[in-house]
Amino acid sequence: MNDFDEPSEDEVNSYYKKVKEEAESSGYHLNSNPEFTKELLKSILINEKRYGYGACPCRLASGDRGDDLDMICPCDYRDLDLVDYGTCFCGLYVSGEILRGEKRLKSIPERRPSPEEREKIKRGRSKILTELSEPVWRCKVCGYLCAREKPPEICPICKVSSDRFERFM
Amino acid sequence: MPGRLKNMVMQHFEGQDKGKLVLFALSTCGWCKKTRELIEDLDANYDYVYVDLLHGKEREEVVEMVKKWNPQVSFPTLVINDEKCIIGFKEEEIKEAIG
Repeated sequence: MNDFDEPSEDEVNSYYKKVKEEAESSGYHLNSNPEFTKELLKSILINEKRYGYGACPCRLASGDRGDDLDMICPCDYRDLDLVDYGTCFCGLYVSGEILRGEKRLKSIPERRPSPEEREKIKRGRSKILTELSEPVWRCKVCGYLCAREKPPEICPICKVSSDRFERFM
Repeated sequence: MPGRLKNMVMQHFEGQDKGKLVLFALSTCGWCKKTRELIEDLDANYDYVYVDLLHGKEREEVVEMVKKWNPQVSFPTLVINDEKCIIGFKEEEIKEAIG
């Protein structure tokens, strides 16, 4: 079915271990169903091979990294969805409540704006003028803020790349 | 859907006739997989397409079809009898509609 070779079981298992450790060390939780979770992680590996970036497996990637920056896993919507629903859109990341079985995991509404809305947001982006000594950058994935000339190469908190930062102030 | 396009992109699952079911899905998506499993457990006839595996014009045409039912173009999108659409893996709603 796929245009590329499927990742091997070993590749999926070591990726699972890595993502799980990273999540837990920064206060996030992966879905506790290993079968479901590994299937999603395998899909992210497939997307990495297909598109060159780990696009969200439950969203339609365009193939253009710039257009899909908001939905590279972990996506810009994960934290909001964890607060509102206890899970990210895919069910890969879950809240403590769901992890402990106090709440049932369900498929949730899509928060990502429609293609037309995304186009509008892009056009409407305005320059922020301030008199700060340094601009402030915000990581759109985890909310980390830093005041410096350019955003860091890698977010020190959630490890996403510099293109996931926005000018905040 | 135009017949030509349907023949090109749609896969078919042979079950019992429980109305016209068309599922727009992604090959990589966990909820899409669960939706397929549910429809197949209910043994219903349906057509499905993995939109992420389409390219170029074919993909554009299918995305336009999804947009008519679901402007956000999210998956899974299940269209029932060309009149109703269920977005996401809504187990109870799907069971009610085709069970």
